[in-house]
Amino acid sequence: MDHLLEVKDLEVKFALRMGDLTAINGVSFTLDRSERLGLVGESGAGKSVTGFSIINLISKPGYISGGSVIFEGRDLTRLTNEGMRHIRGNLISMIFQDPMMTLNPVLTIGTQMVETLQAHMDISRKEAEDISLEKLRKVHIPSPEKRLQQYPHEFSGGMRQRIVVAIALLTDPALVIADEPTTALDVTIQAEIMELLLELCESEGTGLILITHDLAVVSQVTQKIAVMYAGKIVEAGQTEDIIDNPRHPYTQGLIKAIPDGRNPGARLNQIPGTMPSLIDIPPGCSFHPRCMIRGDICRHESPALKNIHGYRSMAACHMLDTAEKQAGANVTK
Amino acid sequence: MKQWKRFKNSYFLHSFKRDRVAIVSFVVLLTLILLSILAPVIAPHNPYDTTTIDIMNAEMPPSWMEDGNPDFVLGTDIQGRDLLSTMLYGLRLSVMIGCGAVFLQAIIGIFIGMISGYAGGKVDAFLMRIADVQLSFSTLMVAIMISAIFQVAFGVGRYEQLAVPLLVLIIGLAEWPQYARTVRASVLGEKNKEYVEAARVIGLSSKRIRWRHILPNTMSPVLVISTIQVANAVMSEAALSFLGLGMPVTKPSLGSLINSGFEYIFSGSWWITLFPGILLVVFVLVINLLGDWLRDVLNPKLYKG
Amino acid sequence: MKNKLIDIRNLVKHFDISGGLLEQMALRNGRIIRERTVVRAVNDVSLFIHPGETLSVVGESGCGKSTLARALLGLYPPDGGEIYYRDNRIDGLTQQQMLPYRAKMQMIFQDPYASLNPRMTVQQTLEEPIVFHNPSISGSEVKGRVAEIMKQVGVDPKWGDRYPHEFSEGQRQRISIARALMVDPEFVVADEPVSALDVSVQAQILNLLMDAQEQRGLTYMFITHDLSVVRHISSRVAVMYLGRVCELAPTANLFESPGHPYTRALLSAIPDLYDHRHKYIKLKGEVPTPIDLPPGCVFHGRCPHADGRCSREIPSLNHQGSEIYVACHAIEEGRLK
Repeated sequence: MDHLLEVKDLEVKFALRMGDLTAINGVSFTLDRSERLGLVGESGAGKSVTGFSIINLISKPGYISGGSVIFEGRDLTRLTNEGMRHIRGNLISMIFQDPMMTLNPVLTIGTQMVETLQAHMDISRKEAEDISLEKLRKVHIPSPEKRLQQYPHEFSGGMRQRIVVAIALLTDPALVIADEPTTALDVTIQAEIMELLLELCESEGTGLILITHDLAVVSQVTQKIAVMYAGKIVEAGQTEDIIDNPRHPYTQGLIKAIPDGRNPGARLNQIPGTMPSLIDIPPGCSFHPRCMIRGDICRHESPALKNIHGYRSMAACHMLDTAEKQAGANVTK
Repeated sequence: MKQWKRFKNSYFLHSFKRDRVAIVSFVVLLTLILLSILAPVIAPHNPYDTTTIDIMNAEMPPSWMEDGNPDFVLGTDIQGRDLLSTMLYGLRLSVMIGCGAVFLQAIIGIFIGMISGYAGGKVDAFLMRIADVQLSFSTLMVAIMISAIFQVAFGVGRYEQLAVPLLVLIIGLAEWPQYARTVRASVLGEKNKEYVEAARVIGLSSKRIRWRHILPNTMSPVLVISTIQVANAVMSEAALSFLGLGMPVTKPSLGSLINSGFEYIFSGSWWITLFPGILLVVFVLVINLLGDWLRDVLNPKLYKG
Repeated sequence: MKNKLIDIRNLVKHFDISGGLLEQMALRNGRIIRERTVVRAVNDVSLFIHPGETLSVVGESGCGKSTLARALLGLYPPDGGEIYYRDNRIDGLTQQQMLPYRAKMQMIFQDPYASLNPRMTVQQTLEEPIVFHNPSISGSEVKGRVAEIMKQVGVDPKWGDRYPHEFSEGQRQRISIARALMVDPEFVVADEPVSALDVSVQAQILNLLMDAQEQRGLTYMFITHDLSVVRHISSRVAVMYLGRVCELAPTANLFESPGHPYTRALLSAIPDLYDHRHKYIKLKGEVPTPIDLPPGCVFHGRCPHADGRCSREIPSLNHQGSEIYVACHAIEEGRLK
């Protein structure tokens, strides 16, 4: 079966005065229909840029300099603006961290939903309102008829994000890209929104790309995870494999750095240093200056994302054998 | 040395070098200011020295015209003074009054704005209403009132001696609310930032927090309005002088020079008004252009989206 | 009973946000009345902190945890209640009277960009507190101390003449911690110190805070919404909801057997890395605004166990054995186990 989305060797550059900076360097992944993928990484990893480049919405000075984004058989990087408009907000929709990025503060929720629908479908206002009401009910907004007449500022933060979810699902898209949708929200509301998103994607058969820094959130929602570091995918695989059995030293470090409540008070496993900025991405493996098991080859040669012998996941690391021993040593300890 | 290196690599210098308008404006402004400062050295004549002025030379056209005299490049005014020299001395007076007035505005405005923004509540409301009242009088109205009172009280003779400090005072007093409002607005933004709370947790006095921690962080907008205010002050001075309320004809500023030539513009002596007029416009224009550039540099988020 | 380093009794902090007199005027039933809008941020909070421990205050946005911290440090004058530091009352002191306590109590802030003065070099930022509190100290001594503390927090002392914007987020937070440590405090309030940081950097900062506590015997009050961080570093936890403490318990007890219905819901909402698809307790409705507090228990409108008494009577923090305190009628009456 064909994939719903296939991103192949995607490369995004930023044209700056000191020259072009590579923000995304050869990112490839696939997503099947109704599949959910988590794009995980720390700030500066390029996960949001990846999300934006799928719908060709990178703001200047950024541009897609290579690779392809095949969605339902069409290469989105080659579409005209007009063609892209048909895709964006219709077949692929996006949820942002700040609901006010999506909602216009001076229009009622109803107007915004109806306009979105009418932009993509040839339907009457009444029909559009009916669909809007149905979607608001689906995201558990109480008394949706009344709510349709209200402005975004009349809702609480959690409600707003639920409305954004409703708007994202209005046109029954095949794919939703959610960029840190719950980062600004409290835990109880985050749990609510995530459950809602999961429930709706499952019932409607919608594909989901969840972009977040929070591995725990991703582990609740997605079937696959791709871990990004400095513009590349360093490890990808099934969620439970990545969480329970990370192979790349960065993923291992990241998971161990999360306080999980098993050893209160103990020193956390920290990864030294910080993510390199785009200006000075180190040569070879971009993680090598922070890596505990780096070898000589890591300084010169950039590792490719490849299958790991004996595992289902893929990782981009020269020292996988050492990483395996490392992981084993930690288990016995 | 380190400061210089930091400056050399700064965004400030980088964006200056890329902006041609800014470079040209800066060069023109620098030239004009140098000319005005060095006026006593480089001006061909001394317009204040009555012994060198000959009324027979009055209303001579610029040297390239038919009746022109190579001694007086831009011609002479109605009293026979060399126009170029008088303009340079006039620019010097205008710059002095402009900068002096802005200095006074800044001192009053920053002080009141800081107190108002930091204290908040009733103090803030009171000081800002005073600023509103002050702003609702136009600069010219205040100037006309004060100078009229002064001339009546001290006589026109004293007035001529004290015209420069008086103009500085008038324009300074009339426009301080601009500074007060700007400073207050940025103090309101800064005072709730965590670094101010950190300073309070250390136990620093509110005076020290205000002047040592908050003030340096409110300086960018102050710098921006300062350029605009210098231009405004020069314009105000010119307007007052044009109305006969500013610099006396014996010590003309650009404004009074324009005024003195204005009566003769239709009798053919257009140069007396035109050349000082052009100088004034160019001077104010380059300051405003530099101010715009400065605003863009210091508030990149605000203006470049 | 262990001794108390900090003792907060019935602390109240309200903010009047009604603005000027004109904005307060409102027309009701044909009559002009004056209306005040008051945010009841902290209501009747009592807490104590033992020396050497880490007390975490958790709650969701708007629950008053940051206000509590700032009132404790005297940044906001409290509207009621008392605060004691080693049995000395410290609320309502003048700036001068407060000075000796300033050197003992310090604070670390959330935003590593806003908490350092952008126009001061790191050296200037770090020198200021120590010179202020020890005016007679010599220049070389100050320099030595700054270098020592910078080394301790993991920032190279030779970067002292750089400005904050030249550092990464994690390094800025280290500098912020260094500033708090400069005066050699006993007690540090950390207001969401790792919330703005990436996971790998967060671990570095948490380790640094734990090391500093061990080396210097610091006492922490840790304000955060991140429950996994709380579980890792604190000895006791106070859970706040709408300006009130609803549960105060040792960390292990709280996470293993949460008492208050709100605590139960909050804990169930933490996504667990290893437990996919676990069930969380869904709460009805939304958090009410602190301007218009519900009568009785502030949580009763969303609580699955609320009855008539809960909507009338404010529950007090009751001792439930071994340092566990819960403010809940249902637990007190034994309706909820």
